[in-house]
Amino acid sequence: MMGHEHESTEEESHLYGSREEMENLVLDDENPQPSSNGGFQSTLSPPPEISTTTVDDDSGTADPLNRTPRLNHHRQSPNSSSLNSYLDPPSYADAMFRSFDFDAASERDGHDRVSFSAGESSDSEYMHISVSDPQKVLETSNSLVPGSGSYYTYLITTRTNLPEFEGTEFSVRRRFREVVTLSDRLAEAFRGYFIPLRPDKSVMESQMMQKNEFVEQRRVAIEKYLKKLANHPAIRKSDELRVFLQVEGNLPLPKTTDVASRVLDGVVKLPGQLMRDSTLTPQEVVQPAKGGRDLLRLFKELRQAVANDWGGTKPPVVEEDKEFLEKKERLNDLEQQLSNVSEQAEELVKSQQDMGETMGELGLAFVKLTKFEIEEVVYECQKTRAADMKNIATAAVKASRLYRELNAQTVKHLDKLHDYLGMMLSIDNAFTDRSNALLTVQTLVSEVSSLRSRIDKLELAASKIFGGDRSRMRKIEELKETLKVTEDARCCAVREYERIKENNRSELARLDNERRADFLSMLKGFVVNQAGYAEKIANVWDKVAEETSGYSKDVSSNEEKSVSMLQLFSFIRAAAVLVSYKSEHRRLSAYNVKK
Amino acid sequence: MKGLELLGLVTLDYFHHLWKEGCSRGWFLLRFRLVADRTNLPDYQGPEKIVIRRYSDFVWLRDRLFERYKGIFIPPLPEKSAVGILEMLDIVISFILFEFLVKIAESTEFIEMRRQGLDTFVNRVASHHELHRSDDLRLFLQADEETMERVRAQDIGIFKKKPSDLMQIFKDVQSRVSDVVLGKEKPVEETTPEYEKMKHYIFELEDHLAEAQKHAFRLVKRHRELGQSLADFGKAVTLLGACEGDSLGKALSELGSKSEALSIKLQAEAHHLLMNFEEPLKDYVRAVQSIKATIAERATAFKQHCELAETVKLKEINLDKLMLTRSEKYREAEAEYRQLKAESEEAARRFETIVRLMDEEMVRFQEQKTADMGLAFHEFAKGQARLANSIAEAWKGLLPKIEAYSSS
Repeated sequence: MMGHEHESTEEESHLYGSREEMENLVLDDENPQPSSNGGFQSTLSPPPEISTTTVDDDSGTADPLNRTPRLNHHRQSPNSSSLNSYLDPPSYADAMFRSFDFDAASERDGHDRVSFSAGESSDSEYMHISVSDPQKVLETSNSLVPGSGSYYTYLITTRTNLPEFEGTEFSVRRRFREVVTLSDRLAEAFRGYFIPLRPDKSVMESQMMQKNEFVEQRRVAIEKYLKKLANHPAIRKSDELRVFLQVEGNLPLPKTTDVASRVLDGVVKLPGQLMRDSTLTPQEVVQPAKGGRDLLRLFKELRQAVANDWGGTKPPVVEEDKEFLEKKERLNDLEQQLSNVSEQAEELVKSQQDMGETMGELGLAFVKLTKFEIEEVVYECQKTRAADMKNIATAAVKASRLYRELNAQTVKHLDKLHDYLGMMLSIDNAFTDRSNALLTVQTLVSEVSSLRSRIDKLELAASKIFGGDRSRMRKIEELKETLKVTEDARCCAVREYERIKENNRSELARLDNERRADFLSMLKGFVVNQAGYAEKIANVWDKVAEETSGYSKDVSSNEEKSVSMLQLFSFIRAAAVLVSYKSEHRRLSAYNVKK
Repeated sequence: MKGLELLGLVTLDYFHHLWKEGCSRGWFLLRFRLVADRTNLPDYQGPEKIVIRRYSDFVWLRDRLFERYKGIFIPPLPEKSAVGILEMLDIVISFILFEFLVKIAESTEFIEMRRQGLDTFVNRVASHHELHRSDDLRLFLQADEETMERVRAQDIGIFKKKPSDLMQIFKDVQSRVSDVVLGKEKPVEETTPEYEKMKHYIFELEDHLAEAQKHAFRLVKRHRELGQSLADFGKAVTLLGACEGDSLGKALSELGSKSEALSIKLQAEAHHLLMNFEEPLKDYVRAVQSIKATIAERATAFKQHCELAETVKLKEINLDKLMLTRSEKYREAEAEYRQLKAESEEAARRFETIVRLMDEEMVRFQEQKTADMGLAFHEFAKGQARLANSIAEAWKGLLPKIEAYSSS
């Protein structure tokens, strides 16, 4: 009985433990020593993954199916051979499973020092970034509150063979503030692109930093962010990212947030500002007004925006690209549907989780019953019953673990949905860049036309006075200069607007392609996962059904009746669900129409 | 193979019934048709009789058997649940919320569960080597409804065995309260080691079984929930597919409809699990509770036997005293003594019968339960395997299509 008891306490402590403990469940119950099961344990790390302890080198081979990965519990182990033979019948799903899940696992493996970028399949360039080793730095300069000036730095290691970078491997230490700076600079330089969103700041920065969990979360978030940046074909080659990853020392702040110089420039007229330094002209104009502190420009653009919205006349330049507007509509729709699927996916994951848990609890209850019957045995048939119960209990516990593994994998696959949902905000920003640029153009066009009309008026007035009006002539000259500058600015603005439009377009195409590929692979992964685990679970139960087949007497008539009742019930239930869904759908769509 | 077959009313009849009986006493007056297969019951002659019985008729039968056959573990009945006015309102409200079909499904399921439980009960009684000879059973199987009503009305006066009484008896057994009526302070209890062990076994068994049953019931619920989630997920994915269009859209739609199809399978398995695994477990629990009732009866019988024996002894001493003093009361006392002695012997006999029967019944119980649970386990495993296999089939079938969409 010792084995029994050991088993059950082991299983008890595992099954009643926290989520992390659940990941540590030992799959084998016939092997009483936990230490010898090292090779069979799922990863010990908090994120639910099946880590691959033999990771292939990133020789850059593009074809994922050529790798020979192994999920842990497929490995040969000297110990429980019985478990091996029972888990290992190579089936179609298993083969697909292994190669596929490795691919998916490696993409998300936080503990893997090596990460694969999505762009790898097409070319031999790679860029791997990892974030590690958070260290606290104390800033003792001006803190009244002890510890309030301290911050954490993270070691950012990059391995790449991109020509833009000097060298192939290098590291740098950065603090979170610099990540924010990087993100701001990218936003400025890559208007119109779908730039991944940086991790959030925290409202109570100093308080939050005291907790280790938070630091770890932030580390993970920064890593995810940098990986996404590395995935973006344009951004990965950018100066901003290169400097961030390679160059020691503080990052230069983006121009528009250089408050000091702005204030010095002061609140000047828009054209005047443009006149100050002709080399700055295009730069200044192409920055969005709101980013900087140019109050007057802000005011003008706001006035233009209001005129656009409320004025009866059409604005001078309109968003005419029908294709773009259609795409925008579609993206809105897509966002809504994605959000819906994401919600339901969460529910699905929760249900799978619950199923696994309850199955495990049931198994445990039967283990206890088995023990009890054995201890109190008086009659022979009790032994038989105890043996049957033990079978059921073991099967239930195995099935429970399989459900939980299934779930962990499902989470990984369906996470793609969340990624794309997150991207929606980036897309929004890119479209905002476009409309801001359009607004600038519109503003400048209005400026130009108003200047022209003023010049015309003055010239008309001046021509009436014989010999000319010295002051008026000077005014006209000034205005003409202003006009020229404004026209130049307008040209720049138009160019910028077109550039952004082009960026939008190319990014949309890229998004569509990537999304298509990603979703199809997500679907495949999900389906392979479900099929593979269902097969495994079926094996577990088939065996027990075999072993207890002696009990099935001739209950055919009963079966028939219960089968027909079964069909009736399931039909009724399905109909009920369908009806309730249809009504809800009607309600929702009515609501949508109103919106 | 079964001697008796209990058929429920067809669903439409059920509603007709509900409507008719709605306002009278007992909202939910469900009746069952009882068909006796004469080939397996040689005692029952005559033309095939189909009788209509209510749940309370079955309760009557169980109570009668319990009274008459002390020591035998009477088969348990499914729970009495009152489906009354609240449930009716529930149905009406859910009608308005489009959920009425689910409610109907639930109540039909309840009816089916009850039918199955009553069917098992009556068959077990009819196949028990002692119980099948009972006159009450014969009456139950053959009398028409008016006779049944009359007989039951008579019994209400005589036999007041309500569930609350049984509960009280359980409490007596467990708390060892001495009998104040007979003025005895010392608790009178059997304390042989084998019997103690058996009692301990029964009481603990009930706890373990109740826990297992609880989890089994939850598992049924989980199946339903997973089915629901899959259905919702499938619908959401289909909508996404409509939005995406192209091959991706098609792949999504396929996934969505597969999900919805699997959801139905899950609901079916939930029902199968309920009827073929959870119900037998619950039945096991009820059987153990029935044994506890028998234990209580045995304790009562033991107490009576002991007390009578004590009284007889006292009377004997008294009698001797009277004999020595040549009292006139001697003859009277002697008559009393003889009567008491007869009663005491009767009580002893009753007690010994119970002990003997219980021993036999324990063997039968253990063997029966091994068979019952074996079958339940088999059905459980079969159902789970069937479900998992169909899930695997469904998803595997989808894979080549997704491959095709990926490459196009």
